[in-house]
Amino acid sequence: MWHLLQIELYKISKRPRTYIAFVAITAIVVIFQFAFKADGQSYMDLMLQSVKDTFAFDRVQAINGYFMCYIILNTLLIQVPILVALIAADSISGEANMGTLRLLISKPISRTQIILVKFAAATIFTIFLLIWMAVTSLFFSILIFGTGDMLIFRSKGDESQILLITSDDVMWRYYAAFAYATVALTVIAALSLFLSIFAENSIGPIIATVCIVIVCTIVSNINVPIIDKHVKPFLFTSYLVGWKGFFYINTDADNNTIKGSLENWPAIRRSLLILVAHIFVIVWASIAVFKRKDILS
Amino acid sequence: MAAIIEVNNLSKQFNKITVVNNLSFTVEEGDVYGFLGQNGAGKSTTIRMLLTLIKPTEGEISIFGKKLQTHRSEILSQVGAVIEKPDLYKYLSAYDNLSIFARLSGIKVTKQLLMKQLQMVGLDDRAKDKVKTFSQGMKQRLGIAVALIHNPSLIILDEPTNGLDPQGIADMRNLILMLSKELGKTVLISSHLLSEIEVIANRMIIIHKGQKKIEGSVTELLDPAHTMIDIDSTDNVAAREKIAASKWASYLQQDKALQLMMNRTAVPSLIKDLVAMDIELLSVNSSHSLENYFLSLTTNSGYVAPFAN
Repeated sequence: MWHLLQIELYKISKRPRTYIAFVAITAIVVIFQFAFKADGQSYMDLMLQSVKDTFAFDRVQAINGYFMCYIILNTLLIQVPILVALIAADSISGEANMGTLRLLISKPISRTQIILVKFAAATIFTIFLLIWMAVTSLFFSILIFGTGDMLIFRSKGDESQILLITSDDVMWRYYAAFAYATVALTVIAALSLFLSIFAENSIGPIIATVCIVIVCTIVSNINVPIIDKHVKPFLFTSYLVGWKGFFYINTDADNNTIKGSLENWPAIRRSLLILVAHIFVIVWASIAVFKRKDILS
Repeated sequence: MAAIIEVNNLSKQFNKITVVNNLSFTVEEGDVYGFLGQNGAGKSTTIRMLLTLIKPTEGEISIFGKKLQTHRSEILSQVGAVIEKPDLYKYLSAYDNLSIFARLSGIKVTKQLLMKQLQMVGLDDRAKDKVKTFSQGMKQRLGIAVALIHNPSLIILDEPTNGLDPQGIADMRNLILMLSKELGKTVLISSHLLSEIEVIANRMIIIHKGQKKIEGSVTELLDPAHTMIDIDSTDNVAAREKIAASKWASYLQQDKALQLMMNRTAVPSLIKDLVAMDIELLSVNSSHSLENYFLSLTTNSGYVAPFAN
């Protein structure tokens, strides 16, 4: 299996489209960093407008590397599924399109191995993508904006909340958030891989993946009791932004944040388990379908 | 001779359309086995079933004496194949492609081995060039290198001369003959051209609409005794009467204007007699009856060869 994975990673590394995702992330991050460096003050004024009398904070100091990373992730982690689909949706359909699938299957490797290796390669690509996101959005931001205590703006029901996380309590939360995001995006990778089994070019599975994510995200945001109870718990999109849970910190009676605490760890753990279950089910379905598929490409 | 491929009662249906119908045949060790049929006859579907790309609806395939279904990896490690077009990773070099498929075949890859293989197909000087810059002929040669890199005992080639120029076709033919005669490989080659099969294969099968029509040795099937002579003269009705009254009457085909089936060696003597009978000849064409039969499958002319099942 290891040599199959090496081959798969080598093939991915040699395809120009692989680097589109990295370039796109870099471009978005650089634009954000430039905008905040040039006029971050206006953004902070807007966000702190409602609490300017009750919440004393140095607004210039608030725009630091940690804060920047959080802002960027809020935007990027919605778009990244498309970038993950770009590679994962090409896994089988790309081989079918090139005509190499029939050669691949006529070799002494099983179809289960092919799916597992393709999935592993897509997961590794996702990990690299998130590492690159971490490097650009967190470490580059720290280099540009420095460090400091981190502000989190949060909407909780009808009210807005501002949380303050001290600088020595931030990094572990980012590591955990990126690990969570990896699991969440791996669901997208598995879904794209599954869809790619049915197609003979990668455009269809990419569009199908994006459509599924959009539809499920919309459903996840519909606030109707019957959907809340019977649909949302089973949609992976309900858990895609669960990484934010690592930044929702507990507060004491005086409304001071408690260092090292998480507001709802059981919810995060449950979300992770549901995402992992999605991965297992989708990969299992991919194997089952691919094993029965006649290769006619 | 041991049977290398044994196909028994193989059938395949796609959406209730039968593409391969109860097909049985045997390829023996050392054979260059021609798999002949018009386009859509079921050749590629059968080959894809031999390579586990398609699952049979019914029937059984054994290769090297083992059931394909239960010994898939073991069998495929000894099989090399070019299926239709030799599609490879266009964004990778010839060397990388060969290296990848060699490793997928489970062999230990060395630079020396890969270069030797590329040299064999005349691509050693283009080893580092990307496949997308290759001509169809070069891709075909690289496809052959990929199929042979792991030194397989059985080579399956699905229409390997498609898209090749005359030189490429000749090179491919020589390569197949070399593989068979010098290296003792068993080769199964599909084609829709009888002329292609008759020069390289020692045994052959003709399939039509997924069913076996003829199977046997090429020498027997292309026996000169089954040569068909088509005569055209200034007055074919009168010519037929003259031939019917001569010693050639028994060779005259029923319901055919001027067609005789006979041994090819007797043709010069026939022509002399036709001239002696004052038949003004416009043309005398000879073709093998198998060729006519094969042609009839394509044109649905209803011709039935004397040896057809």
